[in-house]
Amino acid sequence: MIAAASNSDNAPLVVENVRVLDPSRGIDEVGTLIAADGSILEAGRGAANQGAPDGARRIDGSGLLAIPGLVDARVFIGEPGGEHRETIRSASRAAAAGGVTSILTMPDTNPVVDDVAIAQFVMRTARETAIVNVFPAAAMTRGLQGREMTELGLLKHAGVPAFTDGQHTIENPALFRRIMTYARDLDALIMHETQDADLTGRGVMNEGLLASWLGLPGAPGEAEIIPLERDLRLAALTRCRYHAAKISLAESARVLRVAKDKGVRASGGVSINHVTLNENDIGEYRTFFRLSPPLRGEEDRLAMVEALRDGTIDILVSSHDPQDADGKRRPFAEAEAGAIGLETLLAGALRLYHSGDIPLMRLIETVTSAPAGLLGLDRGTLQAGRPADFALIDLDAPFLFDETMIRSKSKNTVFENALFQGRVEKTFVAGREVFSAESDKDAKP
Amino acid sequence: MTPSNTPSGRRHLLGINGLAPQEIVDLLDRAETAVAISRRPDKKNSVLKGRTQINLFFEASTRTQASFEIAGKRLGADVMNMSVANSSVKKGETLIDTAMTLNAMQPDILIVRHHAAGAVALLAQKVACSVVNAGDGQHEHPTQALLDALTIRRHKGKIERLTVAICGDVLHSRVARSNILLLNALGARVRVVAPSTLLPSGIEKMGVEVFHRMEDGLAGADVVMMLRLQRERMEGAFVPSVREYFRYFGLDGEKLRAAKPDALVMHPGPMNRGVEIASDIADGPQSVIEEQVEMGVAVRMAVIEALVSHNGEPR
Repeated sequence: MIAAASNSDNAPLVVENVRVLDPSRGIDEVGTLIAADGSILEAGRGAANQGAPDGARRIDGSGLLAIPGLVDARVFIGEPGGEHRETIRSASRAAAAGGVTSILTMPDTNPVVDDVAIAQFVMRTARETAIVNVFPAAAMTRGLQGREMTELGLLKHAGVPAFTDGQHTIENPALFRRIMTYARDLDALIMHETQDADLTGRGVMNEGLLASWLGLPGAPGEAEIIPLERDLRLAALTRCRYHAAKISLAESARVLRVAKDKGVRASGGVSINHVTLNENDIGEYRTFFRLSPPLRGEEDRLAMVEALRDGTIDILVSSHDPQDADGKRRPFAEAEAGAIGLETLLAGALRLYHSGDIPLMRLIETVTSAPAGLLGLDRGTLQAGRPADFALIDLDAPFLFDETMIRSKSKNTVFENALFQGRVEKTFVAGREVFSAESDKDAKP
Repeated sequence: MTPSNTPSGRRHLLGINGLAPQEIVDLLDRAETAVAISRRPDKKNSVLKGRTQINLFFEASTRTQASFEIAGKRLGADVMNMSVANSSVKKGETLIDTAMTLNAMQPDILIVRHHAAGAVALLAQKVACSVVNAGDGQHEHPTQALLDALTIRRHKGKIERLTVAICGDVLHSRVARSNILLLNALGARVRVVAPSTLLPSGIEKMGVEVFHRMEDGLAGADVVMMLRLQRERMEGAFVPSVREYFRYFGLDGEKLRAAKPDALVMHPGPMNRGVEIASDIADGPQSVIEEQVEMGVAVRMAVIEALVSHNGEPR
């Protein structure tokens, strides 16, 4: 892993007078964070007594918040095959700037990440070029075709933490049942986006009055709910670990809650876009707001926020999906779907804290320990002995997110010129500084 | 329409949405003059002498394109037709590239039809000249709504408080959307009559009364506006068959009797005789379908002149 330029790469690190918030241990207290040899030695009130290791780099954390580095469980990247949109390297720099220290990359590449060799290519490229941890998710059907199961066992053995067909929904319930059954034996996590292709049809935005006035074909919510309900029944049948990757509707949250209450091993995720935006943001055909699932009405957005707060939805993801200008500078219905989000995941999420909708502890949990737990990663925590992946945040600092700040190769953000409160000051991966807002300013023209 | 444009100084006509009622009335008044010009033996006018109009049709349309061409020529403009359906756009050139290329040729006005909703507005952002939306996907077709309003006003003397029944494939119709907006803006009572499979989601909130039986929807109507049902939607996808559709939703003498005796029968064309309208009704005494075509030229003259004459300064 290439670390950002810093003289103190290998030196122990002491962050003093910092507010330590660690949802994995339920602590939120002013104290000290000490890291050495890439691991956390101690983080919290008690750490001050431990004393600083010799030659340690000292950082004054007054007024800052230390949180575990974010674990983003849904990141689309262009490498291999679409490097003009995003490389593993460029995505990792975007992640670091957003306080994200681990990303789960989606298999929707060319070639598809559907066998061990391609998964290893991603891991190797990440080792050589990325400044954050990169974990490839693999396809559960070959070529994302929804016909033949991939080598789930070999892939899991190679270090793949989860299986998903990315943006594709498996239509055949018999096949999906067998995949889930096989995955259960491996205790493998199945992540699935649910969009019924036929019900969606040509739909490019949420079906309803707004779509009707704009003359855009709408996709009904049932296109998401019907396959989700099917999946939850199959998950109950197979006792597989099933994750609804990106839900967007109040009704989806309700059926997920019912399944959880029945003991189904199910979890759910929502994208930052669906908790901060609604269909009105599309305005007059703004293609950056063309997303999949489409942005919904305000009632659904509020239901997503509430479901995230109460734990019905387990994790919050960026659903980072870089698209180049040519893919977006088209009429709405012909534009590519998707928005980048690694750099704005945390800042966007903090809107829900500042608005009083979700307590900080729970909010940070949904982007750290919850996704890490789901994926079985030893990350997303400030517990002693774990990798020193963390971010220092100025929780109240306002900033304007403009295009010049974007590190991703693609600029399709839904937060262009958005005002945020809560800025990442520094990001560390295994004790190494991979981002600093201060040195970043100098680096920019 | 972009909100920054003042009512009197608009650069584009992208839709009926956003037009003030008075602006609509002004355009209709201006079109009356154009009707008179068009009925003279010498129809040539020179108000737009030296100006360049480009008709950019990404979707084939003989009638609308001809109407805009004649309108431009009667105003004295140099009119050029770009048939894009089989040009470089098919070879991968993007809409925006096409817009930039045409913009470099310094036209004064572009008339654009495109199969995607919002495409004309997108193009308008990239060019320096005026743009008229000649139909974008299922979004809007403002000059059609204006010509329909002109036709109605010439027969009924007003639009306000008239009952207008729009019948047929509202779901896929940009004509219906523009008409709903315009007729509501001028105070008409608007009804839609169609099977629910041909109505857009949220239609009851679009300022219309919804009917599913022609007898009910046409009762007491002053105007019956039929919409075209495209062939690929007739057989099984949206309605079971042509036969069944005509039986319940095709306008024939019996159904028309529910409307007022002097109700106007309208159709934006091209008609499917025997599908949405019976031949004898299309050619009957209440039909103003041919007159709609004549008013189309007049309305387009009014729109082109209004937009171009506000761009007086050479760039």
